[in-house]
Amino acid sequence: MPKKVLADVVVIGGGPAGMAAALGARESGAKIVFLLERGDELGGILNQCIHAGFGVQRFGEELTGPEYAGIYKDRLASSSIEVMTSTLVCEVNRDGYVKAVNRSGIWEISARSVVMAMGCRERTRDMIRIPGTRPSGVFTAGLVQYMVNVDGLLPGKEAVILGSGDIGLIVARRLELEGVRVNAVVEIRDSLSGLVRNYVQCLLDFNIPMLFSHTVTGIRGEDRVEAVKISKVDNSWRPIKGASQWMECDCLLLSVGLIPENELTQRLGIPICPESGGPYIDEKGTTEIPHIFACGNVSSVFDLVDYVSIISERTGSAAALKNPPAPVSFILECGGGVGLVVPQRIRERGEGDIFVRPATALRDGNIRFQRGERIIYEKPISICRPSEMIRIPSRGIEWPHETGKVKIEIDGEPVQGI
Amino acid sequence: MENQFRESKEIICTACPMGCHTVVERENNTLLVRGARCPRGERYVKEEADDPRRIVATTIKIQNGNIRRLPVKTSRPFPRDQIRALVQAISPLEVSAPVKRGEIIKSNLFGENIDLVATRDVPLKDKKKITHY
Ligand SMILES: Cc1cc2nc3c(=O)[nH]c(=O)nc-3n(C[C@H](O)[C@H](O)[C@H](O)COP(=O)(O)OP(=O)(O)OC[C@H]3O[C@@H](n4cnc5c(N)ncnc54)[C@H](O)[C@@H]3O)c2cc1C
Ligand code: SF4
Repeated sequence: MPKKVLADVVVIGGGPAGMAAALGARESGAKIVFLLERGDELGGILNQCIHAGFGVQRFGEELTGPEYAGIYKDRLASSSIEVMTSTLVCEVNRDGYVKAVNRSGIWEISARSVVMAMGCRERTRDMIRIPGTRPSGVFTAGLVQYMVNVDGLLPGKEAVILGSGDIGLIVARRLELEGVRVNAVVEIRDSLSGLVRNYVQCLLDFNIPMLFSHTVTGIRGEDRVEAVKISKVDNSWRPIKGASQWMECDCLLLSVGLIPENELTQRLGIPICPESGGPYIDEKGTTEIPHIFACGNVSSVFDLVDYVSIISERTGSAAALKNPPAPVSFILECGGGVGLVVPQRIRERGEGDIFVRPATALRDGNIRFQRGERIIYEKPISICRPSEMIRIPSRGIEWPHETGKVKIEIDGEPVQGI
Repeated sequence: MENQFRESKEIICTACPMGCHTVVERENNTLLVRGARCPRGERYVKEEADDPRRIVATTIKIQNGNIRRLPVKTSRPFPRDQIRALVQAISPLEVSAPVKRGEIIKSNLFGENIDLVATRDVPLKDKKKITHY
């Protein structure tokens, strides 16, 4: 027999987003709040990110991932929120019915509001179609981070990393410190994907070579990876004939992007924004279904956990309230130079923040919001990179009386290399 | 015997996201910075040229806990050029649960007056729970 319970708010996923949302809901008056996490403990991705670099915005000091998570775990422990770990949510329906399973059986929780905070997962070899044999030794970078930092296991002796995003850079340093040689970090773009700081402190500090405009086009080895084929690419990322070489290694790590984990959301029929990979949301995290919310990496991949906590607390508060949301006033659209924007819907003018991810690295440019012919926000930017979202407080925008579509654009000079 | 000492080094400033490419020249005992766009960056680059330091984070073995590795970090930035030696020196360390976040695992690393601290709580192993992934 399933255990049936009632709740005001159910939060799915116990990473930084879910933890902040649950606390936000409780503080805004929700009486019964459930926080459901499939892993053995709360913290999400933070548990494996042992490096320092979290909390500068939120707490004014540089914390490691586990320290940042620890602060929220302590807050939850002294709250009356029902935390259930080792609990997998397998179904959510439009009425706010949540079905979960754990060692004590099946749970059916009927909630007034549901907050989706499932985070994201890594893209794999199949998604980028690297040809060659299928030996062991091909990993995603985040998985290796978990193996090394949580389980104390190493992926091999000599690695090549594909992708210069922050996860790849951070893992490169971690491997070097554990005695695994990183032969190269290979990047298909002509500029760095991650932060310059990580390039300096993770690659330069350890003399790890960085190859721009290159990609991996082959894997050799029967049981185990023996070498990978590294090819130079042209401007449209096509491998150039004859410009390739084999590089020996016994493992290949892929740091080729993250995808918000939205199977539960999609099964509800909630539309997914093609740019962000998450559901369309408003400034409070409301999806197209008014009592279903989304926050954190499930709505869009965030680079700073501080922002995730701030937004998610707000989302949790909104989920606690009983009144229906105001109508949508503005729809934000990505124009030139913009990779994604979140939220995509604005109901109340001047509330919360808008996050814009640039499509490419640019310097000495401008970011602009336009409603029809009218510019409602404009700001010069000295530099922007896809690795860092631009945060724009909504109250800094001159929202017009007339509602409708707002287009966001970024222009500037392209940055090459670092 | 460094009477006429002259050296130049390329340093990328990481004090802000701009990432200015600077060149630092050392003439005798003074440092000259070219390419920094602001005074804060200049200060940062001088420090980076003289005494580069980083917060070091790694893990050590933990017994009787619900996890196998305890994440640790240096309490303050540690000299960059000794990071590998530091990690090697602390890798044989072993502690036993329970451990609290912020607990000092080893003090005064390499005589630098910097401590190694635990970055998370590890309670005693809960026999009912099995950790695997
Ligand atoms: C390698 C790396 C380095 C980073 N470095 C930094 C940094 O230096 N500074 C910084 O500020 N930020 C950094 N970040 C970003 C930051 O960690 C993330 O933005 C943040 O963790 C996102 O939080 P989240 O709660 O949305 O997702 P997650 O942390 O992924 O949490 C989602 C949780 O939901 C659970 N879940 C999913 N589906 C279900 C289900 N069906 N049922 C139950 N539970 C479920 C998952 O198990 C997981 O615990 C880094 C991220 C990575 C990966
Ligand atoms: S010099 Fe100034 S502007 Fe340039 S990266 Fe350093 S802090 Fe930023």
